Amino acid sequence: MSSTVNDVAPDRASRARLGLRAGLAIAVLLLALLPLLNRLPPDSALHVSDFIISITGKWITYAILALAIDLAWGYVGILSLGHGAFFALGGYCIGMYLMRMIGPRGVYGHPVLPDFMVFLGYTELPWFWWGFNWFPFAFAMALLVPGALGALVGWLAFRSRITGVYLSILTQAMTFALMLAFFRNDMGFGGNNGFTDFKELLGMPLSQPGTRAVLFYASLAALCGALWLCARLTATKLGRVLVAIRDAESRVRFLGYDTARVKLFVFTLSAMLAGLAGALYVPQVGIINPGEFAPGNSIEAVIWVAVGGRGTLVGAVLGAFSVNALKTWLTSFAPDLWLFVLGGLFVAVTLFLPAGLVGLFRGRGPKADPKGGR
Amino acid sequence: MSGPVLYLDGVSVVFDGFRALNALSLTIDAGELRAIIGPNGAGKTTMMDVITGKTRPTAGTVRFHEHDLTKLDEATIANLGIGRKFQKPTVFDALTVFENLELALKAPRGPIACLRWVLSGESRRRIEATLDEIGLTARAHDRAGLLSHGQRQWLEIGMLLMQDPELLLVDEPVAGMTDQETEHTAALLVRIAGRRSVVVVEHDLEFVRALGSKVTVLCEGAMLSEGSIDHVQNDPKVIDVYLGR
Repeated sequence: MSSTVNDVAPDRASRARLGLRAGLAIAVLLLALLPLLNRLPPDSALHVSDFIISITGKWITYAILALAIDLAWGYVGILSLGHGAFFALGGYCIGMYLMRMIGPRGVYGHPVLPDFMVFLGYTELPWFWWGFNWFPFAFAMALLVPGALGALVGWLAFRSRITGVYLSILTQAMTFALMLAFFRNDMGFGGNNGFTDFKELLGMPLSQPGTRAVLFYASLAALCGALWLCARLTATKLGRVLVAIRDAESRVRFLGYDTARVKLFVFTLSAMLAGLAGALYVPQVGIINPGEFAPGNSIEAVIWVAVGGRGTLVGAVLGAFSVNALKTWLTSFAPDLWLFVLGGLFVAVTLFLPAGLVGLFRGRGPKADPKGGR
Repeated sequence: MSGPVLYLDGVSVVFDGFRALNALSLTIDAGELRAIIGPNGAGKTTMMDVITGKTRPTAGTVRFHEHDLTKLDEATIANLGIGRKFQKPTVFDALTVFENLELALKAPRGPIACLRWVLSGESRRRIEATLDEIGLTARAHDRAGLLSHGQRQWLEIGMLLMQDPELLLVDEPVAGMTDQETEHTAALLVRIAGRRSVVVVEHDLEFVRALGSKVTVLCEGAMLSEGSIDHVQNDPKVIDVYLGR
């Protein structure tokens, strides 16, 4: 047979990729400009307020969480409704570091114990707080603790071939159980109040604008890194195995792949990515409490991905920014409406825009259109 | 090559009191092409499920060479060299024809191995040779979701070939095919057999005749008759089952 291999598809795809990269580069540049514009005098037309910096920094970490969800949901079909738990755990790990860094500046002035421990009558630091005064350890834990929980839950679930809605319920139960546990004072994590009143990070006072800018750039770099990592991973043969598992898992098994192992690998990676997002989030918002484990948070994050367009990576980032921008705008004048709008948005996207916002740009592109037909 | 590749002895499968397989015994030799026919509910698909590890037999022996298949899971059995084509073609629609074959290509299957996988010239040649064999070279970079029904069946057979299996189990390959596609498929399967053992489950007797192989007739989970197509078509027991008593 002659080799009249169809060249149109790769050509079109590479052009789309080029456009996408240009768009991304511009977006990253614009974001990178924000802290610089913040330094302009307040009466300048281009001045960007502190509020914009802090809220954009927060959204960047949300975008990393959205990427983590997209990797698991969009590519392998694991709809986790508990990714907020991984995010919160990453946040708690960095929170523990920040609590240790308060040192004797706390209300009770204890040189080692955080205020809540003194208040609860602790005489010495619990063993699981050891090492958290050292940043590299705390940062590593912010990735490893969520990763370990993801690996454990994934191992139990995938080995038993729990999929679909049952897996979603399981992950939702996981985050709910953790929320209840962290609300308890005797857990040693500050109970209801969580951690707050942070003073400094790596010797930099958190209240200073310079520190804010550093955290902003660190988050932006992490987002770019995460996007690059996910894009590289999904472009390998592993990425194609993931899509195959999403669409017909038992068929992949008959091809000789241990699908449970592949899913475990990706789910663990995704949990670690969510932990990273949480670790960058907490120093920027200055507080972490058990409310971050609330099931609603995880569901909201899934909606960002659905709105942006799942299985596209860029869609997850776009969704996180746009839904949160809408939320900030709407809650400034009609906070009671937000949940209705969020629910309505989810229904509308599912019905009318299954490929999400990215689908609007891509049109009938190769990935956005599951039924085919270029 | 000689001697049995696949050996089933006294295999029974009972679902809630229903005997899907009833002390079935069957031997497939190396390089043999075998057609298996039988009315609906005769146990053909259950037999394939047992061989591929999807269903565990209630009783009996299932051996592939010296391996006891009743103790192994699907992925392990697939990696031993047993490939299965399902009744309903399941190719990966979101991937291209080439990518479908690449996934099936025999190679390390772990997540890290897949992450580090680079398509070598040798692998590319093997995929191209298979594309040529199944007649889909021109569609290599089209997504599998765009293929016609017959082409999907061929792609699936191609995916089986990429696994380089010793034994191919092919479930109803020509259901819903045009006459021309059916002919093409028969020729493809005959070409494949010889190098590998092929077991074909099919309803279409004309197709089975075109295969020109030994035929096993299943009924109510047990073997009813075995021999050439002419032999079984003239067997009174078979006529009874197919035409009613």
